[in-house]
Amino acid sequence: MEIRVDGLRKSYGGRPVLDNLTAVFRPGITCIAAPSGTGKTTLLRLLLGLERPDGGTISGANRRWAAVFQEDRLLERLPAAGNLRFALGRVPGEAGAVLARLGLDLSDPGPVRDWSGGMRRRLALARALLAPSDALALDEPFTGLDEENRRRCLELIREMGVGKPVLLATHDLTGLEDAPVVRLGG
Amino acid sequence: MAAKPWSVAFWLLVWQGSGMALAAAVPHGGLLLASPVQAALRLLELLPSPAFWRAVGNSSVRIFGGFLLSCALAVPLAALAAGHPRLRDLLAPPVAVVKATPVASFIILALVWLDARSLSLFISALMVFPPVYLNVLEGLRQTDPKLLELARVYRIPFRRRVRGIYLPQVLPYFRSASSLALGLCWKAGAAAEVIGLPAGTIGERLYTAKVYLQTPDLFAWTAVILILAAVFERGFLAAVDALARKAGQ
Repeated sequence: MEIRVDGLRKSYGGRPVLDNLTAVFRPGITCIAAPSGTGKTTLLRLLLGLERPDGGTISGANRRWAAVFQEDRLLERLPAAGNLRFALGRVPGEAGAVLARLGLDLSDPGPVRDWSGGMRRRLALARALLAPSDALALDEPFTGLDEENRRRCLELIREMGVGKPVLLATHDLTGLEDAPVVRLGG
Repeated sequence: MAAKPWSVAFWLLVWQGSGMALAAAVPHGGLLLASPVQAALRLLELLPSPAFWRAVGNSSVRIFGGFLLSCALAVPLAALAAGHPRLRDLLAPPVAVVKATPVASFIILALVWLDARSLSLFISALMVFPPVYLNVLEGLRQTDPKLLELARVYRIPFRRRVRGIYLPQVLPYFRSASSLALGLCWKAGAAAEVIGLPAGTIGERLYTAKVYLQTPDLFAWTAVILILAAVFERGFLAAVDALARKAGQ
């Protein structure tokens, strides 16, 4: 169940962002490494079906995705449980344990707008990991996290992402030395 | 901005003083300006009368009915127009015309088409439509596209999207439009009744008061309109706030 892109092209205002990209994403983590502004987010958006490519083909991407976007995209007025309920339709039984492993408290009744940037990022990741999915698109999921939280998040991604393609866009490959890397932007 | 009690008291005193001064200075001066005490006493006289409550009921049903009818039309149309630019363009001219045309022109025109009883309902609905439609449309256009993308990726069903994204976004716009529109519909609806003179309505009583120079009646019925507008506004906005709280959970 791999995802394949072949000769993928995408430009914005005449400026090519992806130029003839060919890559295969197999189950397990694949890192998409590139400096800022060189097409990581664009590639994920194309795979998620949020944008159309200018050229090339994508196969195997028409599946149930869960994602961490460049921004947290949480409902600010709701607590953690409310955000999970909105995105997933329910609060999964394992949610409390998953959030606890990320240093978060599912029973916190406060709205997430009162949370720190790092806590919100971890909740966005927990939402993606808890969603029933066949593939994960994670766009810089460690933004704003310290070493310890980054390590915890990566551990959980490895555990909960087993058996499905996990596309992890990042500029920092620490701890990911064993994962295949697709490099963009030269 | 809510008026402070002391400023209300000040202007009531000015009004009372002016009424008393006019009554003392000019023969039959009380006919020109009834004092607040006279208006209040007249209102107390009117309160036990079944005809008073019939007039209040008839006018309220038609004017508030026009408001509700207009909301029931404006909100879905705004939702459709938010997603269909051609519909938005199509509706833009009539909405602009209704917004800019003096209400008296519509009242006179509507009298040609409608009977007097339906007039206030129609005029009230007409005046309410532009602010509600335009505000709800603006609220929908301000919806965060990033949250809509999230909903698409996570395949969130439409009902949950409405409750989680659209309702909390649109309700503040709808609330402010309703507050404005509820004031407008009472002003326009009462004006329509004064011109159309449907039997057993507040407008008819206002007109009668004017014809017979019953100034205390005129002020008493005007106070009734102000009270009704405030009561309906508070009640309706409380319902919208309750819905907003529910949507926010």
